[in-house]
Amino acid sequence: MKKTNFDQMNETVYHEQMENGLNAYILPKAGFNKTYVTFTTNYGSIDNDFIPEGETDFLHVPDGIAHFLEHKMFEKEDGDVFQKFSSQGASANAFTSFTRTAYLFSATSNIKENTETLLDFVQAPYFTEQTVEKEKGIIGQEIRMYDDNPDWRVYFGLIENLYKHHPVKIDIAGTVESIADITKDYLYTCYETFYHPANMSLFIVGPVDPDEMMSLVRQNQSGKTFAEPKSVERRFPNEPAQSAEKHRAIHMSVNTPKCEVGLKMPASLKTGTEKLKEELAAGLLLEILFGKSAAFYEKSYSEGLIDDTFGFDYTGERGFSFALVGGDTDEPEKLAERIKAQLLEAKDGKNITDESFNRARKKKIGAQLRAFNSPEYIANQFTRYQFNGLNLFETVPVLETMAIEDVIGLAEKMIQEESFSSCFILPKETA
Amino acid sequence: MEETREQSFNQSGCNVHVIETEKYKTNTVIVKMRAPLEQDKITMRALLPHVLQSGTENAPSATAFRSVLDELYGAHFFADSAKRGNEHVLTFTIDVANEKFLHGESNLFDQALTIMSDVLFRPYLQESAFSEQTMKQEKRSLQQRIRSIYDDKTRYASMKLVEEMYKGDSYALPAGGLLKEVEPITAVSLYDYYKKTLAEDMIDIFVIGNVKAADAAAKIESHLPFKKRKAILKENHHSHKTEEVRVIHETQDINQGKLNIGCRTSITYADPQFTAMQVFNGVFGGFAHSKLFMNVREKESLAYYAASRFDSHKGFLMMLAGIDQKNYDKTVQIMNEQLDEVKNGHISDLEMDQTKALLKNQLQESADTARGMVEVLYNNIAAGVDRPIGKWIEEIDAVTKEEVSAVAKTVVVDTVYFLSGKEEA
Repeated sequence: MKKTNFDQMNETVYHEQMENGLNAYILPKAGFNKTYVTFTTNYGSIDNDFIPEGETDFLHVPDGIAHFLEHKMFEKEDGDVFQKFSSQGASANAFTSFTRTAYLFSATSNIKENTETLLDFVQAPYFTEQTVEKEKGIIGQEIRMYDDNPDWRVYFGLIENLYKHHPVKIDIAGTVESIADITKDYLYTCYETFYHPANMSLFIVGPVDPDEMMSLVRQNQSGKTFAEPKSVERRFPNEPAQSAEKHRAIHMSVNTPKCEVGLKMPASLKTGTEKLKEELAAGLLLEILFGKSAAFYEKSYSEGLIDDTFGFDYTGERGFSFALVGGDTDEPEKLAERIKAQLLEAKDGKNITDESFNRARKKKIGAQLRAFNSPEYIANQFTRYQFNGLNLFETVPVLETMAIEDVIGLAEKMIQEESFSSCFILPKETA
Repeated sequence: MEETREQSFNQSGCNVHVIETEKYKTNTVIVKMRAPLEQDKITMRALLPHVLQSGTENAPSATAFRSVLDELYGAHFFADSAKRGNEHVLTFTIDVANEKFLHGESNLFDQALTIMSDVLFRPYLQESAFSEQTMKQEKRSLQQRIRSIYDDKTRYASMKLVEEMYKGDSYALPAGGLLKEVEPITAVSLYDYYKKTLAEDMIDIFVIGNVKAADAAAKIESHLPFKKRKAILKENHHSHKTEEVRVIHETQDINQGKLNIGCRTSITYADPQFTAMQVFNGVFGGFAHSKLFMNVREKESLAYYAASRFDSHKGFLMMLAGIDQKNYDKTVQIMNEQLDEVKNGHISDLEMDQTKALLKNQLQESADTARGMVEVLYNNIAAGVDRPIGKWIEEIDAVTKEEVSAVAKTVVVDTVYFLSGKEEA
């Protein structure tokens, strides 16, 4: 077990790689009541084309299967694992993203039992045709719920616009039609391929004794047998720099139109600290251009073009990255043009001043410190960083060393006119 | 579990509660202002926090104000308004980095207090009223916020149910204000209301972080000098008897039907049976092991979400599920049957144990966030109840099945609200 101190953050992380390849991390948090544990596989909705474990040819699986698999992991021959967590006083959950599937619980008692339950249920799949069919009704309702959600629709509408081939454009839950094709055999294939311990990470944060917890994990894992670890071959189509569609409008039963502008960026080729810098620079750039203290925000707000739903987001994951900017507006066309203009001018360094850079950097440092109040944030983000070859605890020290040139350089490289797209939600005409 | 208890200080116009802790990397100050819910005030109360954040004497525009926060290592300033039974609570929060994690900084906490003081006591004024420009922008934003509730169908359905079910009771008012009341508000009328609020609201201030209690209280007294005021008498709103269940069906062009069923109970947060009611809600629909989730979702695959929520400040219980329109009758029937199950005492030991374990877990977890601790404290303060977390947990442990079924019998279905798509082809 290796111990690393992050002095500035006043945190210590313990790490051990188990013999089967599983990476286990423990961050003791004194004074907290809650322990939060995540068990995550480096597998998400984009991983739909791969060579299954034990085979030689690529297989393309139905859309939404990673998320479907996440739902079905909870059901066992002797009932639902939620029941067991409840009896042990733990609140359990799971989520699927583009690149990860995470299973988790939080609890203030029975931490050892709950940790074992988490490891055991994720490492013992049980799928039958009957339970798979039953889940289609439930997930069908989940999909329909999102279909009525304008924020989700504009988000995915825009990603679909940006990407021509890459599977990030596929809704994480799939569609009612695509999940109809899911079978128990598909689920086992995905499970066997992506749930090998070597492809997974366990993160424990809370008032725990690291020696005791690590030995529990070690013992639990050494009692199970797995195939030899090997890396999974995944295949992704080549994605052009140009966005697939320049624009789309979706009509829904809403009062307020929405406008989102997206910018597809080239997938990062950097690793380690350099990659972290790039990700932080992208966040700083958006803050400088569109944050609440930016001139853009003041002008647009005072004109009534935006309201406080206006925001921005940068996503940089394994094999893709993009930025989104927008919010509710009565004039989506005008807002879209203004956002694009602001980004294109920034390519030439406009509006990126020392003053705005320093302010954005200070804000980001404070936000990072605040985020470290949250065990959920630490566990989820640490795992995301680790899968991407980065270290979450470097963010504050790296931010302190960053310079305005990092942001100017990124803007110049990443902002390309051909990579833009926009998506609007517009009120349905009442017949 | 070690319980962090607050130290309280009675100051002339407010009560100050300090929780000393080294758990967090930030320090937090929360100001809560409480007044009765009133039709002619609620919209001004919803607007006021936004106007106050749009400029102070020291930072006379929203941009200037946001820049001050950014410079202070992204101090987080947040204000909102919420219903608490028949009261309306304005909450102002500032959360600032603890300088011990930063290189070469000091006094961030004092600077944060100055910002809170600027917002509450020294707003940016023009001719002894709020600025016309700010009023115009913030009224427009508020109108947009109120209109957009319609766009979030789950939220819209809950709001409509409450509006219909509590007609004539101030609890029916939406915390975010009424659309038609926004336009008539002027810079002068809001400024007058602001002065009244500052002088009359019941005020509690919370400080959470790496501070010394007496020291923090003294700083609050000098930065936030609220004047002496009279206690507000609480109105008692008794829930009326329901003759028969009302059914309201609305259609919109949407995919999924949102079923919300409203029930009344006489039991509220201040009652001795409150914890039994809490256990009832857990057994019935609060968790993934609850009867509603197990029967509506897991057994019948009718829904993705199927749950119940209890607003203990009012005695309002809501069952909700997102379903296909064609399954309306079946779902309503299952929900009613499950309510009868609890009323008839059909509760297993397992259901009791699971519910108690999760309720206790929730309470203990709430003590891990500054906001969670403040909510627990504030509920006790505002309801005049002494139920600190430790005692609360003992009460949960002591609840029996008989008590759960007894409180279930007080639950009466009042209004069924169903928002669905147009007729399915």
